[in-house]
Amino acid sequence: MAERSFAKEVEQLRIGAGEEFRGEGILAVTKALLECGVGYVGGYQGAPISHLMDVLADAQDILGELGVHFEASASEATAAATLAASMHYPIRGAVTFKSTVGTNVASDALANLASGGVNGGALIIVGEDYGEGASIMQERSHAFAMKSQIWLLDPRPNLEMIVKAVREGFELSEASNTPVMLEMRIRACHVHGRFKARDNVKPKMSLAEALETPKRDLNRIVLPPASFLHEQEKISKRWPAAVSFVKERKLNEFFGPADGNVGIVLQGGMYNGVMRALQRLGLADIRGNTDVPLYVLNVTYPLIDDEFLDFARDKDAVLVVEEAQPNHIEQAFGAMLHKAGIDTLLRGKDPFPMAGEYTGAVMLSAIRDFLRDHAGGLLSDKDRAPNEPEAPLVPDLSKVVPPRPPGFCTGCPERPIFAAMKLVQEELGEHHVAADIGCHLFSIMPPFNIGASTMGYGLGPASASAFNVEAKKRPISVMGDGGFWHNGLSSGITNAVFNKHDGMIVIVDNYYSAATGGQDIPSSRAKNRSRSTSHPITDAVKGVGAKWVRHVDRTYDVGKLREIFREALTTDEKGPKIVVASSECMLNRQRRERPLLASAIKEGKRSVKPRFGVDEDVCTGDHACMRLSGCPSLSVKTLDDPLRDDPVAAIDETCVGCGNCGEVADAAVLCPSFYRADVIHNPSGWDRFMARLRTRVTGWLQRRRDASRLTFSAGAA
Amino acid sequence: MTMTETDPGAAAGLATDRDEVIKLAILAVGGQGGGVITDWIVDVAERNGWYAQATSVPGVAQRTGATIYYVEMVREDEAGGTPVLALMPSPGDVDIVLAAEMMEAGRAIQRGFVTPDRTTLIASTDRTLAVIEKIVPGSGIAESDPVADAALAASRRFLSADLDRLAKQNGSVISASLFGALAGARVLPFAPDTFEETIKAGGRGIEASLRAFRAGAEAIGNPAAAASLTRSDVRSGDKGVVGPEKERRAWGGLLERIEREFPAAARPMLRAGLEKVVDFQDVGYGGEYLDRLKAQYDRDSASGGVEKGFRFTVESAKYVANAMAYDDVVRVADLKTRASRFRRIETQMGVGDRNVMHVTEFMHPRIEEVCGTMPAGLGNFIVTRPGLRRTLDRLVNRGRHVRTDTIRWFLALYFVGGLRRIRRRSLRHRTETAHLEDWLSLANATIPEDYDLAVEVIRCRRLIKGYSDTHARGESKFDRVLSALPVLKGRDDAAEWLHRLIEAALKDEKGEMLDGALKTIRTL
Repeated sequence: MAERSFAKEVEQLRIGAGEEFRGEGILAVTKALLECGVGYVGGYQGAPISHLMDVLADAQDILGELGVHFEASASEATAAATLAASMHYPIRGAVTFKSTVGTNVASDALANLASGGVNGGALIIVGEDYGEGASIMQERSHAFAMKSQIWLLDPRPNLEMIVKAVREGFELSEASNTPVMLEMRIRACHVHGRFKARDNVKPKMSLAEALETPKRDLNRIVLPPASFLHEQEKISKRWPAAVSFVKERKLNEFFGPADGNVGIVLQGGMYNGVMRALQRLGLADIRGNTDVPLYVLNVTYPLIDDEFLDFARDKDAVLVVEEAQPNHIEQAFGAMLHKAGIDTLLRGKDPFPMAGEYTGAVMLSAIRDFLRDHAGGLLSDKDRAPNEPEAPLVPDLSKVVPPRPPGFCTGCPERPIFAAMKLVQEELGEHHVAADIGCHLFSIMPPFNIGASTMGYGLGPASASAFNVEAKKRPISVMGDGGFWHNGLSSGITNAVFNKHDGMIVIVDNYYSAATGGQDIPSSRAKNRSRSTSHPITDAVKGVGAKWVRHVDRTYDVGKLREIFREALTTDEKGPKIVVASSECMLNRQRRERPLLASAIKEGKRSVKPRFGVDEDVCTGDHACMRLSGCPSLSVKTLDDPLRDDPVAAIDETCVGCGNCGEVADAAVLCPSFYRADVIHNPSGWDRFMARLRTRVTGWLQRRRDASRLTFSAGAA
Repeated sequence: MTMTETDPGAAAGLATDRDEVIKLAILAVGGQGGGVITDWIVDVAERNGWYAQATSVPGVAQRTGATIYYVEMVREDEAGGTPVLALMPSPGDVDIVLAAEMMEAGRAIQRGFVTPDRTTLIASTDRTLAVIEKIVPGSGIAESDPVADAALAASRRFLSADLDRLAKQNGSVISASLFGALAGARVLPFAPDTFEETIKAGGRGIEASLRAFRAGAEAIGNPAAAASLTRSDVRSGDKGVVGPEKERRAWGGLLERIEREFPAAARPMLRAGLEKVVDFQDVGYGGEYLDRLKAQYDRDSASGGVEKGFRFTVESAKYVANAMAYDDVVRVADLKTRASRFRRIETQMGVGDRNVMHVTEFMHPRIEEVCGTMPAGLGNFIVTRPGLRRTLDRLVNRGRHVRTDTIRWFLALYFVGGLRRIRRRSLRHRTETAHLEDWLSLANATIPEDYDLAVEVIRCRRLIKGYSDTHARGESKFDRVLSALPVLKGRDDAAEWLHRLIEAALKDEKGEMLDGALKTIRTL
C-alpha cells in the first residue's frame, strides 16, 4: 500500500467512449494503456512516475477484468527485461520508471531488447526528474534512445496529446519493430487536465496463450551472428519504417504562418513554455494561435530530415528549443543543414543557456533575444529596445529567508538512527560514511551532517568497497530497504561478504520503499493480497553468508543503537558488521493507524494517544535536543519572560509521540525537560480507580507543600 | 491580525480585468497540505465554469521542504478547447501568491513571483521554523519584519493574518484557512458560497474545514472585526501570589524594598528576578537576592550609572536571578511535581473528564547531580575520589523513564523537591555561589574603568545553560569569552568586542566561531 491512495480516481479508468476524463497526467497514461489493449505492465517507482505505479496497484481489479498482468518489478532492469514478452509475441507491453537513474539501471535490458527488436508494441514510459525539485543528477534520456536506437516521444504536455502519444507509440513500435520510449516531464506527470475517453480493449493475445503456444525465433536473440544482423536491420528496415510512420501519421506538428523569415523548432514537452513566452511577447494566444512558425517535435528521435529542412529552407534563422545538454538535436540539425547546403542560421544554446532548466524566465529572454536579432519587426518597441533594468525596489531577502531543504518527517524512524550515529561519532571520532539514495539521505543535511557520498540506489555499501583496508577507523555505509532489494543485497552485502569487507553496514528498514511514496517491497510487513511480503532482511543477509548481524526492531531505542554501532566499529571480529534497524515509516504508519485510532475512540474502546511535551521552565534554551532531531513538530518558541534571552523548546500538536525526544535526551544526557503524556480515551474502570487514587494522594501532597510556601500564578490575583 | 494594502483602490480590481488567464502560485512547506488547497482551487474554478490547469513538483521536496504548486485558470468559453497554459510560474507573471508561512512569502518575493503591478500576496504570518533556525545554541529565528516590509514594497496588495492559529483554533489545518483567505480576499471572480461547496464536496473533516475556512475569509476580508474577536482571548493581568500569611507579608516587604531602594528603570527586571529566586527557594533567598542587587546598584551609581540608565543594575537583576536559580535536581523535581504543572499538561493535551492521563519523564541522573544535592562535605568527599565516584556513578548513571502520575515515582520526586530545605548546605549551592561571586567581582572590578565592558561581563552569564555536557560546554564558553578580558581592558571598543564574543559563542555548539573570534582578538 502506498502513501497516496488512488482507489477513488481509478474508477475513472472504467469510463467508455465519449465520456470525459478529468485528472492527473499519470492517471491519463494508465487509461490510455487500457484503451490500447496492453497485455502487461511493469515498472519501478520513483518520482515523478511513482503515482503511475500506485494507480496500477490500486487498479488491480480493473486490470484483472481486462486480463492485463501487472508486476511491481524488483528494479528498472527487471521492468525493462519484462518487455521481452513482446519480442516473439504480438502482445503489447508497457513499463515505467524514473529517468535517468532508472534508465541507467535498465539500460542493459533495453539494449538487448532494442537489438532483437519487438513484435508486439513495447512502450517504456520514463518520468523525467529534471529541473526544480529534482532529486537526482541532471542528465538526459535522449542519449539512451540514440545509443540503443529506441524511438523517443516527447509529446506536448496536455492530457489529449499524452494519451495520443501512448496510442501512437504502440503503433510506431509495431510498425518499426522497435521499442518506443515516452518521455514525461515531472510537471506533465502531475498536470491536472481532461480528455475524451475511448473504450478499454482486451489484449489481442493473452500471455497464457503465448505460454501455451511458445515461439522461438533465433534471429531475435542477441547472439552472434544475429546481433550483427540486428545492427544492419536497425538501419535498413526499422529506421525507414519509423520515419515513414512519423511522416504519414503526422506525429510532428506545424503551427503558425506558413511563411516568415524565422521559425522555432521545439521538443513537444517545451511547447507550453514556448507559447507562454510568445504570449507574453504578444505573438500568440491561449487558443494556440501564433505569429511565429513552430515545428513541434512530438517525436524527438528519430529526427525527420526533410520535415526539418523544408521548415528551415526559406528562413533566415531557426531557433532550436532543446532543454538540457548535450544539445543532440541541435547538433543533428546543424549537420543536416550543412550537408544540404542550406545557409539558414541555426540558433539554440545561444540565446539559450547551455545548461539548466528552461524556466519561464529563461524561455522569455532567449526567445525575445532571438526575435530581436532576426525578426525585430515582430516585437513591440518595449521588447525590441528594452530600457536598462530598473534598480530593484524590493529589499534583498537573501540574508533573511532561511533555506528549507527536505528532511525527515515528523516521527520518522530514521531520525534516531542518525542521532545514535552522531552520538557514537562524538565518542569515536568522525568516520567516513558512504550514504545511499532514499529518505535516509536527509542525514547529510543539518542537524546530522552525516554522509560523504551517494553513488546510486542500493550502492551505499558498494561505494565503501575501496575502504576495505587496515586503518584505525572503519568505514560506515548506509542503505535503505528499498535499495537493498533493488540490488544492494548482491552489490553491497554479497560483495562485502565475498571480499571480507571490514566495515559497518547499516540497513534502514522502514517496511516500504518510503522515499518513492511507500510502495511495498519484499520485507514489508503489511499484508498485500497480490504480493508475497514479510521476508526479513536479516534472513537474506545471513543467507549470503554474513555472520555479524544485529537487528534492532525499534529504531527509537537510541541507546541500544549507539551501543551496537560502537560494538560494530570497535569489535575484533572481521568481515562486514551488518546492522538492520527496523521501524515502520511514520508517514505510512500514521496513514494506517490514525483512522483506526479515531474509530476505536468513537466506538468506546480503550485507546492510548501518546504525545511529547516540554516543561518550558526546565528547558534552558540551549537547543541541544534540536541538534539531534530536526523534527518538524519539535521547534522553539520565545517566552514572554524578561529573564530569558533565548527561545525554549516546544512541541506542537502534530507530534505523534514517536519517542525520539525522550530517548535522545536520555542517551545524550541532555536535560529532563521532556515528558510523554499518554492520554487514555475511554479508560477502563481500573484506569479510573487508579487515577482517582493517585490524584487523591498526590493532590494532598501538593496542597501540603503549597501551604508552606509562596506560589505565583498568572492572573490569579 | 493585519491587513495592509499598497493600493487602497486595488481591492476592487479582479485579476481578470487585466489578463484573460489568472495565474496563482502556492508556496508551502511539505506536509502543509499544498496539494489539498490546489485541488480545491481547481474544483472551485471548474464549479464556476472556468478551465483550470494545476501542476506541482511532488517529489522529494514533499518531505518537509519548500514546495510550489501552480494553477492557471481561464473562462471555459475563452479557452475554446484545451487552452495553452504554462506549467510553472514565471517571475513577473503571477497574479495571486498564497504563502502558507511567512518565510515562504519571502521566498516567493525572492523568486520574483510578487510584483507591484499585479500580484496580490496572501500570507500566513506564522512561522514554521527551518532546521537551521532551531539548532543555533542562541536564537536563530529569522526575523519576519523584513519579509513584511518587502511584501508591502513588492506586491500590489499584501494581505496577511495568522492563518495557522485560526486553523488550529477551529480544529483544522492551514489549507482550510488559507483557502478561506483566498475567498476573503475577493481576488478570484467566484462567489464565496462556491468555495464552501467545494469544501463540502470533499471527504473528511468538512465541519472543521468550514469553520477554519470562514475564519480565514473573515480575517482577510474583514480584518477589523476579526481582530476584535481575537483580542478578548489575550489574557492580561499581573501575576498573583498565594501562600501562608507570614510569607506573603515578607514578600510584600521585598516588593517595598524594590520600590524604596532601586531606581525605576531597574524595577520591572528586579520584580521578575525576585519572583524567580523566591519561587526557586524561599523569601529569605529573595532577601539575599536584593542584598546582592543593592550592592550592584551602589557600584552602578558610583560609576555614573544614572547616565547609562542603570544598565549595570538591570542586567545584574536579570543574570543574578538566573545564576541564583540554577538548574539543579531539586528544582527539576520540584517543578515536575507541582499541581500547576499537571493542570498545564492536561490543558495542552486536551485531557477532559472522560480521559485519564499518564505522564512519563525522561531523566538521566549522573553521580555529579547526586553529589551536588548532598551536603557539601559529603558530596565533596565522593567527587574528589575518582574510584568511588566511578563506582557510585555506575549505580545511578542510567536513563530513567519514570511515571510521575504514579504514587511511587511522584513520592520519589516529591522527596527530592523537598530537599529545597537543605539546599543551601549542598555542594552544588556552594559551587554555584562561588562561581557567582567570582563572576560578580570580575564585573565589579571592571566597572570603575569601563562601564560598558562591565555590563558585557554580566551578560556573559547568558552562555551558561543546559544540563550535564551541555552545561559543561556552556561554562567552558563562559570561561573562554572572559579569558579575553585582560587583552580587551583599556581598549575603547572593549565592550563591543566582548559583546561580539558572546554572540559568536551562541552561534554553534562547540564554540568554533568563538575560537575564531578569540584568535582575532589575540592579534589586536
